[in-house]
Amino acid sequence: MDKIKVLLIDDEIEFVETLAERLELRGYISKIAGDGESGISRLANESFDVAILDLMMPGLSGLDTLRQIKEIDKTLPVIMLTGHGSTKDGMEGMRMGAFDFLMKPLDINDLLEKIKLALSKSSKG
Amino acid sequence: MFKKVVDTVFFLNTANQDHYNVLKRNIIIIMLLITILPLVTMIVINYFQYKSHLTSQIIAPLYAMADKTKHSFELFLDQRLAIIRFISTTYSFENLSNEQNIKKILISLKKEWRGFVDIGLINGQGELVSYAGPYSLLGKNYSEQISFQETQIKGRYISNVFLGYRKYPHIVLAVQHLTDTGQTWVLRATIDTDFFNTLILSMGLSRQTDAFLINKNGILQTNSLYYGNTLEKCFLDLSKLNLRSNSFEGTDNKNKKVIIASSAFSIADYILVIVQPQSVALKSWYALKTEMVIIFLTSLAIIIFAILKMTRVLIKRIKTSDEHRENVLTELQHAQKLSSIGRLAAGVAHEVNNPLAIINEKAGLMSDLIGLSKDFDKKSKFIDLTCAILNSVDRCRKITHRLLGFSKRIDIKIEPININQIINEVLDFLEKDILYRKIDIDLMLPNSLVLIESDHGQIQQVVLNLLTNASAAVEDFGWIKIETKNIDNGGIRVKISDNGCGIPEDIIKNIFDPFFSTKKGKGTGLGLSISYGIIKKLGGEISVESKPGKGAAFTFDLPQKPIGLEAING
Repeated sequence: MDKIKVLLIDDEIEFVETLAERLELRGYISKIAGDGESGISRLANESFDVAILDLMMPGLSGLDTLRQIKEIDKTLPVIMLTGHGSTKDGMEGMRMGAFDFLMKPLDINDLLEKIKLALSKSSKG
Repeated sequence: MFKKVVDTVFFLNTANQDHYNVLKRNIIIIMLLITILPLVTMIVINYFQYKSHLTSQIIAPLYAMADKTKHSFELFLDQRLAIIRFISTTYSFENLSNEQNIKKILISLKKEWRGFVDIGLINGQGELVSYAGPYSLLGKNYSEQISFQETQIKGRYISNVFLGYRKYPHIVLAVQHLTDTGQTWVLRATIDTDFFNTLILSMGLSRQTDAFLINKNGILQTNSLYYGNTLEKCFLDLSKLNLRSNSFEGTDNKNKKVIIASSAFSIADYILVIVQPQSVALKSWYALKTEMVIIFLTSLAIIIFAILKMTRVLIKRIKTSDEHRENVLTELQHAQKLSSIGRLAAGVAHEVNNPLAIINEKAGLMSDLIGLSKDFDKKSKFIDLTCAILNSVDRCRKITHRLLGFSKRIDIKIEPININQIINEVLDFLEKDILYRKIDIDLMLPNSLVLIESDHGQIQQVVLNLLTNASAAVEDFGWIKIETKNIDNGGIRVKISDNGCGIPEDIIKNIFDPFFSTKKGKGTGLGLSISYGIIKKLGGEISVESKPGKGAAFTFDLPQKPIGLEAING
């Protein structure tokens, strides 16, 4: 079975690098983008199975990034992360087509479950 | 300027009892001034107006009476003079010189005209040559007498009163006759003064009013009631009288206040004087004055009483209203403080979340790596340590999530919410207090509870308020029961009951009123009224059942969708 490719878009480098490593330990391929724009250009050039997107980013905001991702690839499942505690952005993201959202700090097992769910849905749909 | 005065008088910048007393005093003083000054002014003006008006009204008739009576006197005297003149022109000197004739004339006179006592003929040299009457005046010479001289000059003469026949007061009238030959002779007659008294009586004066005749030297010509007898000097000081008629107020010899009206005769040296005590003359004025005083004092008493009473009520109301205002302001400040604390907390929580996430991932990675590595010295210790780090991170996460959950209550945000979840969140918050006091929480939160569209934060606030109240009412080891269920209209019902002290019947109907609190001193009394407001705003209903000693049960319903509210989030 092919390894699952995950794109992590988050400006908090310490966090996202560590998360990427943990995912690698669990058999995923993780790629990192430090902001929305580089995330989008990465997506344009490579294909991914799932994207993990932080809502609070400088420059292109999380929601705007999400919008652009959906323009490029509607089927790509996006899981949003927020440390903000605001369910408003989370709900908005859901309406824009994100798969789900999680709050930071997150439980990695929750994340793995959501990824599995997202992939099973997209493979069916 | 006026505003400054008003502010100083009604200063509203301190709210202690002293302030209210001063305010009360100021208001009372001002109101008393405003009401009493016009009253007093009016009374004073009226007093003087009435006084002068009445006085003149009373004095005028007195004067008129004096004048009229004087005219009657003068008429009478003129008439008697005319008779004598008639005799002097009808009878010749010779005729009159005859003793028999003059005696006959006297008899006729006495028959027709009351008062004549004698009649005498005086020749041009002043000798009394013919006489009829009781005196023996025959041969008397009057040439040196003023009476004779005045008669020569004025053609007539009216004397002052003298004591005559039988010591009775009489007057003498004399007329001069000018013959064709240029000679003069005088006819004189004595008349008694009965008519004086008759005329004076005819004035019909009251018993205390004194009327009499005096001459210009102040010698009484008739008897005065109070001021002397005939031919005595009048006790009154009548120096103010002049020959013209007048009336004035003065005091008599005994310092009694009197009104004196006088009228001077033009044909004789008499002045008619009427003296009336002011107590008599001004009786109606005194009565009016007494009435005015009574009315004034009564009005004053009523005004003062009303002002004092009203001011007391007014100040009490102001005080209550001030207290309410203070309460509202305090509550507002409290709410604002809470809100800014909430915002601060949210800011902190958010800031903390990021490093917390980093610690979480790093420790997680450590745990992953250790798990994958071979055994080494202290491996289990490392595993324990990383677990401990992750546990602490978890605790922090709970705290920040709770803080973030509670900070959002400013606007109404409509979203699907799970009431059971909210109840659990609030219980988390209160768990320390509840655990410590060993209060038993009985939960009936069915999973089948539908999601409703409403505002998370505000419902959280209501549940927090009700649970806080319940836990305050309940003693240690008591219980609180929380039930949720779906109701017919698609909404949900939440019932929070306790076995606390209960709510008395007279309080229960006011329990949702603002500022109503039974926690003496503590609490603002706003919690339930805010909850009430929130539930109503979200389209629901809230009610309470309770009996003293039997606990309380608060129930609120919320609809599936909030009625009448636009969902802010669309």
